Amino acid sequence: MFESLSSKFAGAFGALRSRGKISEKDIDAAVIDIRSALLDADVALEVVEEFTQKVGDKSLALLATLQAGSNQAQAIFDVVNQELTEILGGGARRIRFAKNPPTVIMLAGLQGAGKTTLAAKLAKFYKDQGETPILIASDLQRPNAVNQLQVVGQSVGVPVFAPEPGNGVGNPVRVAQDGIKFAQSKLHSMVIVDTAGRLGVDQELMQEAIAIRDAVSPQEIFFVVDAMIGQDAVRTAKAFQDGVGFDGVVLTKLDGDARGGAALSIASLTGKPIMFASTGEKISDFDIFYPERMASRILGMGDVATLAEQAKKAFDGDSAKKLEDKFAAGEDFTLDDFLEQLEAMSKMGSMGKLLGMLPGAGAMKKQIDNFDESEITRTKAIVQSMTPLERRDLKVLNGSRRARIALGSGRKVSEVNALADKFTAAQKMMKQMRNGGGMPQGMALPPGMPGLPPAPKKAAPIQKKKSKSGNPAKRALENG
Amino acid sequence: MGLFNRLIAKVRGTSAASALDWKEIEVELLASDLGPHLVAELLEAAKKMRGEDAEAAIKEILRSKLSQRERALIAGGEQKVILVVGVNGTGKTTSVAKLAASLKSSGNSVILGAADTFRAAAVAQLQTWGERINVEVVSGKEGAEPAAVAFDSAKRASEEKCDYLIVDTAGRLHNKNDLMAELGKVKRVVEKVLPITEVLLVIDGTTGQNGLAQAKIFSEAVDVTGIIVTKLDGSARGGVALAIESALDIPIKFIGTGEGQGDFAAFEPDSYIDGLLA
Ligand SMILES: Nc1nc2c(ncn2[C@@H]2O[C@H](COP(=O)(O)OP(=O)(O)O)[C@@H](O)[C@H]2O)c(=O)[nH]1
Ligand SMILES: [Mg+2]
Repeated sequence: MFESLSSKFAGAFGALRSRGKISEKDIDAAVIDIRSALLDADVALEVVEEFTQKVGDKSLALLATLQAGSNQAQAIFDVVNQELTEILGGGARRIRFAKNPPTVIMLAGLQGAGKTTLAAKLAKFYKDQGETPILIASDLQRPNAVNQLQVVGQSVGVPVFAPEPGNGVGNPVRVAQDGIKFAQSKLHSMVIVDTAGRLGVDQELMQEAIAIRDAVSPQEIFFVVDAMIGQDAVRTAKAFQDGVGFDGVVLTKLDGDARGGAALSIASLTGKPIMFASTGEKISDFDIFYPERMASRILGMGDVATLAEQAKKAFDGDSAKKLEDKFAAGEDFTLDDFLEQLEAMSKMGSMGKLLGMLPGAGAMKKQIDNFDESEITRTKAIVQSMTPLERRDLKVLNGSRRARIALGSGRKVSEVNALADKFTAAQKMMKQMRNGGGMPQGMALPPGMPGLPPAPKKAAPIQKKKSKSGNPAKRALENG
Repeated sequence: MGLFNRLIAKVRGTSAASALDWKEIEVELLASDLGPHLVAELLEAAKKMRGEDAEAAIKEILRSKLSQRERALIAGGEQKVILVVGVNGTGKTTSVAKLAASLKSSGNSVILGAADTFRAAAVAQLQTWGERINVEVVSGKEGAEPAAVAFDSAKRASEEKCDYLIVDTAGRLHNKNDLMAELGKVKRVVEKVLPITEVLLVIDGTTGQNGLAQAKIFSEAVDVTGIIVTKLDGSARGGVALAIESALDIPIKFIGTGEGQGDFAAFEPDSYIDGLLA
């Protein structure tokens, strides 16, 4: 029952890999495994069927074109991953701003989805981009939802329009209407309307949502959905689409360990883009949506339970102890240590990104999320091509040494340069942490991890500038 | 006749039920959130049945997956203490209030402990409920140590000799070890005053297969004795609860069917199973 998806996938692709040449039959078998993995992830059956059909067909078509000896299993895995990312990232775009401000965003969704918290997160997100948002308390249903909005609004320094106490008292349509007028009079550039949770089947409340919509004419209606939702995602999403309608989707509680297959179902059945991801109870736990991360999550490329175990094994070992001792003694962190850590990382398999879910590692989650497996192998090759002197002291790396290392490791000189830069930054970070604290106790994370930007200062603010790209993947790159 | 029943009628008695018909049945079963493993098992069993009453047989199989444990609240001693736990937004606070109202209406004295000191306005939410149903709520300040508030509420309950103390806790995702440890602490601290007779896990009826992980990990942390499935007034069928019973043998004790205090009932296996196949 709790069999991990990653093992299933490892099974599917492991079986493919162990063959030199893949046959049609192998693909069929892999497709069956993919199907069952997706169902375990709560993807709706109709979406699973369509998806597996497509992946099967594409793989077969691809198979014919692949050279013997090329990595066929990898190529087919890439098809699966690409297909998934494409659906999840379909229609990716930024929000539409009103020609004449305020830009109005309305939140809608089931009870307990996380709308109120999200309202504050969105307000903060856009405030940081120079907007002047105001929150409107139109959830007059749930006891003390109005208070809650006031508290979270205050915590992000955003005003809250809340003329009614709630708890069943007041007319949410009226509040929304008055709220817009108020926002206009105070020249707010953005309005975020929190609404009561409602079921897709509740006609009366759906009518109320429609009335709120018509009163505020939002540029964006976001359907807010809990990542843990099961098969009902499809019915509910359709009910909201046919009822109040929505322009984008926000996934919440992604800091849990649910696969979040609903994301695939909703994206594929409604064709609406997934805009944001909410990843925790703190206001800063919020980000734009990254389709490729969600793809690997749904595919079960990481499994928290397994990961926790493996991470413990990998990091409980001598190398972590040694590193901690060095750290305590104030010794410099060298490339040799780095290599040891990399080895520990690769022992953990393909799950580095989920490390962020381990206690204490939360602060590094962003960096860990950007972690790229294949980079370990590349980095290892580069380090292994260095002489002991070079490993101890990167400063000796002149042009000819760099060229030699590049040749020896089969990488480009630019990659050698990038590693040297990153490592130097990591070293600096280690020093800073030693002086300022911040390294989680007993959790010697590999600080020179590839992709690790220098010194995380507190929680890095998310996407300060407006993104130039409408493609979330590109935006991610812009953000480093 | 519900969709599922029509489908079953289609394949009933025909050894030649087409693959397409079975597919439709699979779709329906999966749509209930029973999970692919249970569904595969059910289908296999269903396909072996010929000429009999397939619908009744499927219901029988489903029933056999349910826990045999007692579904009433555990009797306990003079004073009963119920700890209510679960992930964020599942309906804990609402369920605490509904359960309190139901216990009160059957003549029990009840006190509530507001140990969700984390979420903004959560304490006020329970207090509002307390006023509505006329039940005392013991609370600390927002941001107070949850274990301290729980302890105070246990103290108060013990002084008052009330029949039931129900402690509301903050929502927490089961994969957060520190928060799970905090829950363990709440439990231990309460038990210094009064033994906890029941730990109820609130599962959102719209939850998918992740519900299994929730139940498993919460059980490991605080020994869950029963489940409340909420939001069954919507289009979700709450099949993961059956998957939980079958995997972990934890009985569903109550269901929530709305936001009002009366939208709450003891779990009834038959109507639940009918709902799964609706
Ligand atoms: N439709 C419906 N909504 C419910 C039910 N139980 C709780 N809710 C709603 O779900 C939301 C979250 O409930 P709350 O008790 O605050 O959840 P908590 O965070 O677990 O304490 C609120 O809007 C409740 O009114 C139920 O059985 N049906
Ligand atoms: Mg609560």
